[in-house]
Amino acid sequence: MKKSVILGAMAFAGLAAGAASAGTLDDVKARGKLNCGVTVGLVGFAAPNANGEWEGFDVAVCRAVAAAVLGDSTAVEFVPTTGKTRFTALASGEIDMLARNTTWTFSRDVDLKFEFAGVNYYDGQGFMVPKELGVSSAKELDGATVCIQTGTTTELNLADFFRSNNISYEPVPIETNAEAQQQYLAGACDVYTTDASGLAATRATFDDPGAHVLLPEIISKEPLGPLVRHGDNEWGDVVRWTLNALVAAEELGITSANLSEMSAGTENPEINRLLGSEGTLGEMLGLDAAWAQNAIASQGNYGEIFAKNIGEDTPVGLARGLNAQWTEGGLLYAPPFR
Amino acid sequence: MSGTHSHTVAFVRDTMLPEQAPPASEVGAIGWARHNLFSSWFNAILTIASLAAIYFVLAAIVPWILSPTWDGTSLSNCRETLAAAGHGDAHGACWGVIKERWIQLIFGFYPSHLYWRPIAAFVLLGVALAPVLFSDRVPSKLLIFSLLYPFIFPWLLWGGTIWMPIAAMAGFVIGGLVYKFASQALSTLLGVILGAAAAVIWWMVLAAPVSGALESILPIGIEAVESRKFGGFMLSVTIGVVAIACSLPIGIVLALGRQSDLMIVKYICVGFIEFIRGVPLITLLFVASTLLNIFMPPGTNFDIILRVLIMVTLFASAYMAEVIRGGLAALPRGQYEGADSLGLDYWQAQRLIIMPQALKISIPGIVSTFIGVFKDTTLVSIIGLLDPLGLSNAIRADANWNGIVWELYGFIALLFFVFCFSMSRYSMYLERKLQTGHR
Amino acid sequence: MSTLTDPPKEQFRLSMLLYDTRYRSATIQVIAMLGFMLLAAWLIDNTLSNLAAQDKAIDFGFFTESAGYDINQRLLEYTSRDSHLRAALMGLLNTLVVAVLGCITATILGVIIGVLRLSSNWLVARLMTIYVELFRNVPVLLWIVFVMAILIETLPAPRAFRGENPEATMSLADSVAVTNRGVYIPEPLFSRTLGDVHVFGEAALRFDVSLDLIAILAVLGLSLWGAHRVTLRANRIQEATGVRPKTWHVRTGIIVLPMLVLLIGLGFHLGYPALKGFNFQGGTHLRNSLIALWLALSLYTAAFIAEIVRAGIMAISKGQTEAAEALGLRSNRIMSLVVLPQALRVIIPPLISNYLNLTKNSSLAIAVGYMDITGTLGGITMNQTGRELECVLLLMLVYLAISLTISGVMNWYNEAVKLKER
Repeated sequence: MKKSVILGAMAFAGLAAGAASAGTLDDVKARGKLNCGVTVGLVGFAAPNANGEWEGFDVAVCRAVAAAVLGDSTAVEFVPTTGKTRFTALASGEIDMLARNTTWTFSRDVDLKFEFAGVNYYDGQGFMVPKELGVSSAKELDGATVCIQTGTTTELNLADFFRSNNISYEPVPIETNAEAQQQYLAGACDVYTTDASGLAATRATFDDPGAHVLLPEIISKEPLGPLVRHGDNEWGDVVRWTLNALVAAEELGITSANLSEMSAGTENPEINRLLGSEGTLGEMLGLDAAWAQNAIASQGNYGEIFAKNIGEDTPVGLARGLNAQWTEGGLLYAPPFR
Repeated sequence: MSGTHSHTVAFVRDTMLPEQAPPASEVGAIGWARHNLFSSWFNAILTIASLAAIYFVLAAIVPWILSPTWDGTSLSNCRETLAAAGHGDAHGACWGVIKERWIQLIFGFYPSHLYWRPIAAFVLLGVALAPVLFSDRVPSKLLIFSLLYPFIFPWLLWGGTIWMPIAAMAGFVIGGLVYKFASQALSTLLGVILGAAAAVIWWMVLAAPVSGALESILPIGIEAVESRKFGGFMLSVTIGVVAIACSLPIGIVLALGRQSDLMIVKYICVGFIEFIRGVPLITLLFVASTLLNIFMPPGTNFDIILRVLIMVTLFASAYMAEVIRGGLAALPRGQYEGADSLGLDYWQAQRLIIMPQALKISIPGIVSTFIGVFKDTTLVSIIGLLDPLGLSNAIRADANWNGIVWELYGFIALLFFVFCFSMSRYSMYLERKLQTGHR
Repeated sequence: MSTLTDPPKEQFRLSMLLYDTRYRSATIQVIAMLGFMLLAAWLIDNTLSNLAAQDKAIDFGFFTESAGYDINQRLLEYTSRDSHLRAALMGLLNTLVVAVLGCITATILGVIIGVLRLSSNWLVARLMTIYVELFRNVPVLLWIVFVMAILIETLPAPRAFRGENPEATMSLADSVAVTNRGVYIPEPLFSRTLGDVHVFGEAALRFDVSLDLIAILAVLGLSLWGAHRVTLRANRIQEATGVRPKTWHVRTGIIVLPMLVLLIGLGFHLGYPALKGFNFQGGTHLRNSLIALWLALSLYTAAFIAEIVRAGIMAISKGQTEAAEALGLRSNRIMSLVVLPQALRVIIPPLISNYLNLTKNSSLAIAVGYMDITGTLGGITMNQTGRELECVLLLMLVYLAISLTISGVMNWYNEAVKLKER
């Protein structure tokens, strides 16, 4: 490949420049593919399998949006991003949405000019220690060596927590979860801190999970959710309401098993509106009437996605906790489809 | 004198004694060991220390490698197998992960039914390089294929319509024709400028619509593969090959610029070369991953692998410029003077006399630059591309293989070692061959 | 009247810009300059319009904001409330530390390996060849993660030192603890310390200078100067009388005694590391991220330096060695007195570029969590503030400055060595 091809590609890109500003929804439709940013690898949330297909909880959100917009849950290009590249990839338009455990914070929303489309996982930062250390509270960790992943909000929370409790610690910054786990298991750090879901997922893969405890303190709020670029409200709406549709489907009892039966029409008008047999919700979004039906058909409702990827029957083994429906004491609360 | 003695000596041997065999300590294994291993007490200590080191390393590694876990389906499964086979303390490799993932480590996410394309591309690469590297054994007519190859290679890897590489090639043809006519009608300098301008205009403005139009008339092509699907070892090789191939012309221009008497041109080239060589590759990759889109016209968007290719090419071209400058400096002064005395102008002298020789001298340097760039491609894992090292992290995120370390690193290191070692051997062979040819 | 001095104008034609060699080079340069400026303007214009579209502006104000993250390995005092600028400074110092350490060890290792590769001992020469090929042909990033993994997996954790019958014990009379968190070694302490001087008050670049250190350096400098004077005097006596007086005991005394007096006066003692709580406390902690990076960079670069040293030695003609043998020198003296000094001139230029490479490769610290400048300025600061343009450009400038400094200093040294050539 001589420089001609690169120049050709530049020329090509220059021609495509006109189309790029037309709005992400139109772009995605024209392209026939959704570009979705995911993490490079986190058990249960996103990782490629042996066939190179991406699987996981975050991946399911991408697939649902692709199904809603394009009617095909496989029409997704997964773009692996690191803590460093994720925001640039989104800001530059390389990806259409970022579904990578990213915490919704003020500065990311306001200063970095992104828009969070909702929360697909309520998390909080926790600590894991070996049982043999006999630690029962994070406040007893004075002088401990703590493994943290860099480039995330966790290291800021950690600094704040130890500072406000006036205890010292030794941070060991790590790039990926796999490395952190290796250091923790070898005893190179006493404590591993990250989101509680990540801790549970990591512990589940240990040789002897029972030898490690999660400390009771959750030192931060980590609402994780998909995000899109600021200022493209139509596209933001599509992602937000696709996520809401998955949550509402669980609340309304729509599962992938009874989806076809329910989409024919039911006694419940909200189900009918959601699944498109009544009203024009899809049209308002700029999608076809079966958008939510497609989204749910791709991976099931929120509860099914959760159970399949990170639920208690999987190796990750997370309980629903905060991520239960509001009717069951959790925080999941989809606004009405009306 | 001797006469008087001859009477007093009772016996004088008048036949040659047969040669005796050297002492047993001087021949065979013992003699060899005495000379090469235990020639002094210091050498003896060194030998014994080395033997001890070899023993400890092998004792640690060999049982680990010889572990019966080729059919392991997960790390815990491997541990069970090891425990059943009586490997103490579950000490042994879990080779199941390599068996399951080696194809992914080599081809990344490239569609499996198209594996023949990268294989063909790299086999043909050998064919294309043959006339350059083994110029004494391969017919030089193959050079035509070498010239065509830069267009075949991307087409095989990325696929798509065949008109795109043809259009790209047409740019060179158009540029060449314009140069030829303009240099005859006007001056050589104008010819170079006009030729380059014509080629650039063709590529920037006309190539895409023309190839699009041809495609709609006569659709010939193979399935397109997006560069996002590239991964694993194939990604490393692609980045290395593309960067070196593209950096060669840029490097030649930079090297000539650096050697030139024109002050401004020289300083621009020196500034570029020293800047690129002064910063680590990782910062250039940060530019590729975070900034390159900001430097391009608004709305331009090329995917991360293309951006990485651009930055690695710039990186390689600065090093290539220095290699070629070395080649130019190594040419005897008489070659330049000879070219001048024949009345050749600057470009003719470069094209016909200087460059062919300078490039030939530079081949070993180019090969080692390639090895360097190829090894440096592992850095792309830091910006999230799935090269072998990046993939190893992704594989460890699979619940089955969570906690695997050595097997993956070992396999990747082995792949790199085999590749780089054979190339460095080849480069040494070339160096020897070139030396006898010139001195 | 004045028109007489004007040259005839019709002689200059536009085409002369192209055909006349007097003007042609100017034409090419002007075109090149214009092209370069157009390219630069195009890039800057693109950048500005893109930043405007993203509603961002180039702003270095974030540097004074609180960084919010902690850095474990630091040479100066730093807390998470300090500014991003100070965090970047910590990173810069860490980069310099590992670069300097790496260059020193890589040179020592490289020279030893390069010489051993030419050894008459078959086994040692082969082993060194294997070493060189192994390290040269595997990417340095892989070596860094490899060494880190070895340190983590094979060394004992601090908790292995605990209990009645610990699995691991401290070495060198309980003064050094080798753990998989790093190595703890005794630290020098002064019971009657002179205190510190605070430079720059509260500014981001503030640092403390230990007066003890200054005192030690001053005394050392003075005694070295004194010893040098003694040597000079001995030289003079030798030249005058032909007999060289014995001076080694005087020189040793001049160097050792004042230092001893000073150290006793300051109350010098060693602080030993001891296991307290989760970690060893006291002593100096060399973190394994530093050790892994240092070791991997040294081993990797040593392989290249070994080849340079070997080539340098082989470039010295056989006659030099034979002449030295004829003088009756032993083989190690031949190497150190005859061959290496000459080989140095061949070795130094490529050695410089290897030092540069090592420094640039230290940016891979990020893979083992060593907080160098790429990890602070180009890593966490960039992530937390989202100021990619400012951070990356500054990062490149810093590395460029380091590289240019190294090559400047080493080129100066190279010139100094060359001057001795006759």
